[in-house]
Amino acid sequence: MAKIGVFICHCGENIASKVDCTKLAAAIGEHPGVEVSVEYKYFCSDPGQESVKKAIRDNNLTGIVIAACSPRMHEATFRKACAEAGLNPYLCEIANIREQCSWVHTDKDMATEKAMDITRSMIEKVKRNNKLQPIEVPVTRRALVIGGGIAGIQAALDIANAGQEVVLVEREPSLGGHMAQLSETFPTLDCSQCIMTPRMVEAAQHPKIRLLTYAEVEHVDGYIGNFKVRIRMKSRYVDIDTCTGCGDCMTKCPVKKISNEFDCGLGKRTAIYTPFAQSVPNIPVIDKTSCIYFKNGKCKTCMKSCQINAINFDMKDEFIDLDVGAIIVATGFQVQNTAGYGEYGYGKYPDVITGLQFERLASASGPTAGKILRSSDGKVPETVVFIQCAGSRDPSKGVRYCSKICCMYTAKHAMLYSHKVHGGKTHIFYMDIRAAGKGYDEFTRRAIEEDDASYLRGRVSKVWEENGKLMVRGVDTLLGKPVVIEADMVVLATAMVPQPNAKEFAKIIGIAYDEYGYYNEAHLKLRPVESSTAGVFLAGACQSPKDIPDSVAQASASASKVLALFSKEKLEREPVVAATNEITCAGCWGCVLACPYNAIEKKDIFDRSGRLVKRVASVNPGLCQGCGTCVTFCRSNSIDLAGFTEKQIFAEVMGL
Amino acid sequence: MSEPFEPKIIAFVCTYCTYAGADLAGTSRLKYAPNVRIVRLPCTGRISPMFILKALQKGADGVLVSGCHPGDCHFTHGNYHARRRWMVFRSLLDFLGISPERVKFSWISAAEGGKFADLINSVTEDIRKLGPFDQYKELIKETETPATL
Repeated sequence: MAKIGVFICHCGENIASKVDCTKLAAAIGEHPGVEVSVEYKYFCSDPGQESVKKAIRDNNLTGIVIAACSPRMHEATFRKACAEAGLNPYLCEIANIREQCSWVHTDKDMATEKAMDITRSMIEKVKRNNKLQPIEVPVTRRALVIGGGIAGIQAALDIANAGQEVVLVEREPSLGGHMAQLSETFPTLDCSQCIMTPRMVEAAQHPKIRLLTYAEVEHVDGYIGNFKVRIRMKSRYVDIDTCTGCGDCMTKCPVKKISNEFDCGLGKRTAIYTPFAQSVPNIPVIDKTSCIYFKNGKCKTCMKSCQINAINFDMKDEFIDLDVGAIIVATGFQVQNTAGYGEYGYGKYPDVITGLQFERLASASGPTAGKILRSSDGKVPETVVFIQCAGSRDPSKGVRYCSKICCMYTAKHAMLYSHKVHGGKTHIFYMDIRAAGKGYDEFTRRAIEEDDASYLRGRVSKVWEENGKLMVRGVDTLLGKPVVIEADMVVLATAMVPQPNAKEFAKIIGIAYDEYGYYNEAHLKLRPVESSTAGVFLAGACQSPKDIPDSVAQASASASKVLALFSKEKLEREPVVAATNEITCAGCWGCVLACPYNAIEKKDIFDRSGRLVKRVASVNPGLCQGCGTCVTFCRSNSIDLAGFTEKQIFAEVMGL
Repeated sequence: MSEPFEPKIIAFVCTYCTYAGADLAGTSRLKYAPNVRIVRLPCTGRISPMFILKALQKGADGVLVSGCHPGDCHFTHGNYHARRRWMVFRSLLDFLGISPERVKFSWISAAEGGKFADLINSVTEDIRKLGPFDQYKELIKETETPATL
């Protein structure tokens, strides 16, 4: 038999001035199942809470309703008081008669009547509340960071420096990502390699970081605190423990004319190669598709040249299974393919290049050792035209969003060019200059005022070749006139796009993505570094276009989230989770479709002789976030949400 | 006419957006009609059409369902499920001869206390114009089985 205690708070005059609390207490005292119905000036005060505790103990109450302020205010306070009085804290409900009654109504009779309804409704609910226990989940204190660009490195270092283990996985043969490709960085013009490579070395040598390069995440299972991850170690054909990185094999390799991906096709590499000179680890890999031995079974020149026998052509892919407690996804971006922009002539004219290619030309470690030279004839260009938004903010052929970094890097390119080629002329076609950020607007002003970049507001309609020059036809909308510029080089500020396999990869990890393939945060404003899956965090440009400062900031934020998670041995979670009734579940999997968190699995039920009886839905309480969408979806009423059960809600409605 | 008809309206709201918006209306001391009773749920995705029917059966003259704006759902897409359910449910109500006007759907964020107050006032006015939900009351008379728990 229910014995409910109802405690009506005056909240000073806040409630009592509009709700007749004495009348309310008397009426509620008559309600079936109510054992105690009392009023008091401030139940949240210490004596108020003591009186609640005493009433629970003296009357052996089976549940309490606090008719007071919003549960968002003091639910935790009164649940704690319940626990202290020996009553399960989930047998406490709050009737919100302040924010949603006394503060918003003027007529005292009407407000009192409404307060009665609200309180009765909560009494009916609490009668049907179950004792719940917080869910405890153990935590494996090891983080997986996917992606070895600046975001991944930063996150890994932050976690490792706090003393926790990190596994850093990079699919390329070296750490570095896109930042290693850049020449100088805005808005300070410091050399990218100079600030990047120490970080790479630090990550590789850190005792708490296990670095896995040339490796890919194959499979992720489990839930927050308890992920099981399978990583494929792609065969390098070079023993990573033996190799000293002397580079003899690379100088001897007969295949020398492979287009170098790191230099965006502007340079050449061998079949056994490291992506760039400062690679970390400085261990080469054999590119199986170009190697002569893998093509026709003969060569092995590299093997013969290696004095310590580090090369092994029989190497196979290996798998590593890991338990990790948290995952940071920092898989980065790609540059959009400009094939759709035939009018700009990319691919047709060798001197029409992308911004990233310009970075390689300007980089001291690049194919031209930092000299700005035309790919076609090796000459120094005298006039360079930059086309901004070559893909961004173009719903018809490119992407709808702003890639955020292009205004800044184009200004930087114009500056670098004018520093390297004195007397050279730069023209920049732009739509808007978006230079929001610390020191950013000043930077673009500097490009215009000190380095004489000429900004033309308008779009380019066509680029063609005439007498060895690239003719750029565009419009200057501020003058309202078409313009044609004779250029020696055209640089396209191409859009940032997600990795081509971003969507497939999101499915492996179990996180949500947007229409483009950028990974979705749990809340754009308030939870910007958490994915919608508990225990999986985001860093860098895999979430949205970002520059280096933003990527680093987000990486550190993610790392701090991981460290907060690792600060406890066990996670305690609100027990508001769904559970299935395995007897009535028909296995229609409607709930599986409805669940935003992939928290519902298919479970096999066997009889004693091991025969499969049926397959039913089963909720993983570690993953369930307690939204209850599955409950409403279920056709056979076989799933219910603790704390908001069907019975409770129907009773609440009937109490009104 | 003696007194104006005071409709009884039951609102099903999600705790993250609309319930918080209602609290904000309270802390801002905005005044609105006292006809609405709120049932708090974790997410609009939890709202079953059966709850709405139960509310009408219990004698509500109108029902309000409100949650986070599209794209803002705390649980990523519970409100989309709710919207889809509502689209289907509305035609069912129409088929049953119940005016779909009696069941309102809206989005109120945690920051929209003013919008919440306006919504409650306009819903109350709309339902007041529709009058008491007599269809149900006649049905009760016929069957003489009032809704029980």
